[in-house]
Amino acid sequence: MKVLVAVKRVIDYNVKVRVKPDQSDVDLANVKMALNPFCEIAVEEAVRLKEQGIADEVVVVSIGPKAVQEQLRTALALGADRAIHVEHDSMPDSLSVAKLLKGVVEKEQPQLVILGKQSIDSDNNQAGQMLGALTDMPQGTFASKVSLADGSVEVTREVDGGLQTVKLQLPAIVTTDLRLNEPRYAKLPDIMKAKRKPLETLSADDLGVTISSNIKLLKVEPPAERSAGVKVADVDELIDKLKNEAKVL
Amino acid sequence: MSILVIAEHDNQALNPATLKTLAAAEQIGSDITLLVAGESCQSVADEAANVAVVKRVLLADNAAYGHQLAENLGALVAQLAKQGDYSHILAPATTTGKNFMPRVAALLDVGQVSDIITVESEDTFKRPIYAGNAIATVQSGDAIKVITVRATAFDAVAAQGGSAAVDAVDAVQSSDKSSFVGEQLAASERPELTAAEVVISGGRGMQNGDNFKLLEAVADKLGAAVGASRAAVDAGFVPNDMQVGQTGKIVAPQLYIAVGISGAIQHLAGMKDSKVIVAINKDEDAPIFQVADYGLVADLFDVLPALESKL
Repeated sequence: MKVLVAVKRVIDYNVKVRVKPDQSDVDLANVKMALNPFCEIAVEEAVRLKEQGIADEVVVVSIGPKAVQEQLRTALALGADRAIHVEHDSMPDSLSVAKLLKGVVEKEQPQLVILGKQSIDSDNNQAGQMLGALTDMPQGTFASKVSLADGSVEVTREVDGGLQTVKLQLPAIVTTDLRLNEPRYAKLPDIMKAKRKPLETLSADDLGVTISSNIKLLKVEPPAERSAGVKVADVDELIDKLKNEAKVL
Repeated sequence: MSILVIAEHDNQALNPATLKTLAAAEQIGSDITLLVAGESCQSVADEAANVAVVKRVLLADNAAYGHQLAENLGALVAQLAKQGDYSHILAPATTTGKNFMPRVAALLDVGQVSDIITVESEDTFKRPIYAGNAIATVQSGDAIKVITVRATAFDAVAAQGGSAAVDAVDAVQSSDKSSFVGEQLAASERPELTAAEVVISGGRGMQNGDNFKLLEAVADKLGAAVGASRAAVDAGFVPNDMQVGQTGKIVAPQLYIAVGISGAIQHLAGMKDSKVIVAINKDEDAPIFQVADYGLVADLFDVLPALESKL
């Protein structure tokens, strides 16, 4: 069985973002970039499926400028077999990403596609679901457990009230929640080996997709500042302040 | 301008997030239709018909919609959108809304604007990005605007005063590619986390799951919901549906009490719009104190019992 994993290059999750003075976007110049944490979990799950003998090939794909090859190499070092880079000079919106991924799905014919549930930059939480609709595949979003058997996959999903389990016919799409697994670290020999693994570059034209978006980013601003308040000495003072000053008790 | 709002419910009652999503819809326009899709959910439709801002209720009552599977619900909403003349489709940004709405958008070949916090105009919205560390203003040029709404950013509309007509929807979209197997819902007597007026949350500093009883005792005195940081969930202290943060639930209560929580960016993303924030932590350099209105540097194991007895 072939597993396709989509990964995204994003700002490192520890970085405190700065908005550009002209409010056009956040400033990503000279900022540490990394694999989106949810994508890392997706790669880990695919590699585990391979280690269990369920998957025989893990293909990773990323869309964006040349720099995303760095994250593809990371995924290869974590255990993916080969990589596809869909080159585009910027990061397209979710619908375009889903259309490009549909092109890759048609080319590669995977049985399972794993994505992160959301990227920590745009916080959209859309691409996996959109890909599901475009390819008419069922989806198991926000997965905390995945088990495959007899041409189907059971996905335990994290929902607002607790957990929900659904059964999906393959080929299917899974998007990962944080609790699905704990990603491994790439070891140096694996990082060296990853440099020799195949990496294919495609363009949007190769996949027959025109990238466009009707959603325009007009402005980006910092959120309203919340300033530090006061320190209280003890529980009595805290209760007094909450009752008489903040009036929330 | 004609707006379709998808109701969130459990087949028995409307979820409060629906009333808040209707508030966002009302800021866009007044011609509002509410879709109730589910199984044996007539009572939800009756409740929906009483909501003053709702002009019309569509009821799709079928086993296919019983568990709000994205394949069926997404196809139904896309079909209704193509038949009707809707300019906007809105749903709350709950796990249900996040699950099926992007499918609707893709089936309609339009983009989606996720998790909006303000309506600037009929086509322009604000939404948080980068874990709430930046606010983006986006404009949608799509013919049908597909939007999910951050419920905590809007005040609920009145649940009474309306008398909308309820029309049955006969269309059935039922995919054989996915099916519901089961669910494990966390039982709780306390208010629902995202709707609670007061939330008290514990972090790694709670040390273990048993110590959460100390928080629960205070929560009972306050009528509060109990939340947790990701550290507390990952350590296995409490189930994940209690997690507050970028990857968990977004809350904005009147009072948020963070106990033994350092205040990582990912946690702040889920609670920093609370009206009053109280931090109880023995580390006076913890980042949570930078956003707290009232900070108490002390051992939570002394503070919690004292709070319980004095409230």
